[in-house]
Amino acid sequence: MASAGAPTAPEKLRMTQSAHSRPGRPRENSVNSEEAATKFRVRRLAAWFGSQQVLHGLDLDISKQRVTAIIGPSGCGKSTFIRCLNRMHELVPSARVGGEVRLDDEDIYGPGVDPVLLRRRVGMVFQKPNPFPSMSIRDNVLAGLRLTHQLARAHANEINEKALRSAALWDEVKDRLDEPGAGLSGGQQQRLCIARALAVEPDVLLMDEPCSALDPIATARIEDLIHTLRERYTIVIVTHNMQQAARVSDRTAFLLTGELVEYAPTDRIFTAPSDKRTEDYITGKFG
Amino acid sequence: MKHTGRRGVVIERLFVALCLGAVIVPLGLLLILFADVLSDAVQRLGWAFLTSFPSRKAALAGVYPAFVGTLYLSFITAGLTLPLGVGAAIYLEEYERRGRLANLIELNIANLAGVPSVIYGLLGLGLFVRIAGMGRSLLAGAATLALLVLPIVIMASREALRTVPLSLREGSYALGATRWQTIRQVVLPMAFPGILTGSILAISRAVGETAPLIVVGALTYVTFLPDSLGAPFTALPIQIFNWVSRPQAEFVLNAAAGIVVLLGTMLALNAAAIFLRNRYQKRTY
Repeated sequence: MASAGAPTAPEKLRMTQSAHSRPGRPRENSVNSEEAATKFRVRRLAAWFGSQQVLHGLDLDISKQRVTAIIGPSGCGKSTFIRCLNRMHELVPSARVGGEVRLDDEDIYGPGVDPVLLRRRVGMVFQKPNPFPSMSIRDNVLAGLRLTHQLARAHANEINEKALRSAALWDEVKDRLDEPGAGLSGGQQQRLCIARALAVEPDVLLMDEPCSALDPIATARIEDLIHTLRERYTIVIVTHNMQQAARVSDRTAFLLTGELVEYAPTDRIFTAPSDKRTEDYITGKFG
Repeated sequence: MKHTGRRGVVIERLFVALCLGAVIVPLGLLLILFADVLSDAVQRLGWAFLTSFPSRKAALAGVYPAFVGTLYLSFITAGLTLPLGVGAAIYLEEYERRGRLANLIELNIANLAGVPSVIYGLLGLGLFVRIAGMGRSLLAGAATLALLVLPIVIMASREALRTVPLSLREGSYALGATRWQTIRQVVLPMAFPGILTGSILAISRAVGETAPLIVVGALTYVTFLPDSLGAPFTALPIQIFNWVSRPQAEFVLNAAAGIVVLLGTMLALNAAAIFLRNRYQKRTY
């Protein structure tokens, strides 16, 4: 397994410097080649809520600049899994994590790693669009930088436009940037949340059922967006919609009661699953 | 489906009538009371009443020092209560949510809110007037009132903080904000109108309190304005209490006028609360 990322990766999380002073993300030529570098290496990952164990020792590698889908029935631990990748899981009182998660070969649960800095590299989009209701569209996009006091006024407009363009929302909102973000439609709000996550310049985008509150048209737009974002970001998407997993992802992991049943290229999972339980799930026998 | 017929309609109407009655009866009583007070008060109310010092002659006596004392008290009380109350609420709601300590504190706060105000007066007398050596001063009075309303302000602020949805906090954390940045820039702005309303209502309640101020030692006959935090003072409820308990019948008119001034002050405070809340909510969409 080739180690991924810039050689300075291990220092990144401990850096107190702003995300924007970081040297530009190295463009990989291997984006479309078969072999992709590993972004996340997950080993024996276990997670608990109180005394209830929800993840039972997961092992998987997530490739850089690929879309990885996590599927499985409700309560199988898929949301918990991605919340372990940006250390959001531990925000819940009584929640606990075991095992190892390496991002660009650095243990994100290692001593001295600041989860706050980690989350600036690993962005997240939630199930229900959650723009900040007290902020305008522009302020929502810039919220991550403003919250963390990294915003240089001179670049604000530039960053705002770039993030909104990346989230395919610019053309729809460019004339009303000062209007409240909560006034947009559900699909637009979700793209606003994606823009907000992108403005912080993460490497990874975690998406926790990002379309489950959206109509089919808005869903299609988000899926198109995922296709374009794939060129620059590593994307991990949790979905309960198997067609969606098939449409957007390169690899798919099937989770069942907190265990990884099967992890393979998406077309193989959906055409020739090697595990009987995977087959039963994707053919709709349960779940 | 049993009650959707004629009987259902009758029950429905009966219920509406009952609810309407529940609105009209207390409002009516309040109106009668107010009309009665006002009919006495008109003979005294006027600019002179507001700007005169107390006097032995009822017709010349005014509420000036009491009115000013009440205003000072309410501002100082607000200044003492808000930081303490909001700070405590933030701690309990955001930092110490499930701990045993939080439960203990919560239980105590709920109990404190039910303690009679005269007890707070005694506490204020012992703690602020005697031990802290503040004497029978404006500061001691305001500190006592602050103690009295603190539990209410804490509870109102916690309630307001609780209405900020978890999804917004998570959205903020996911952007790499620290807990303090999240509280400061996401949670507090959203909770602010609620905190403000609850606090102003609590303080306007404190403004009407008499018992703790009597115990702490507010004066009843004051011919000067308090010029510092350490100065002796009086307040409207005390002045009213004093006039009511006088044997001369004319002073009852003064008391009525004093009541109208006190009511006006409290209504103004409440109106300010509503105004600020509306304004702030509009700004935050």
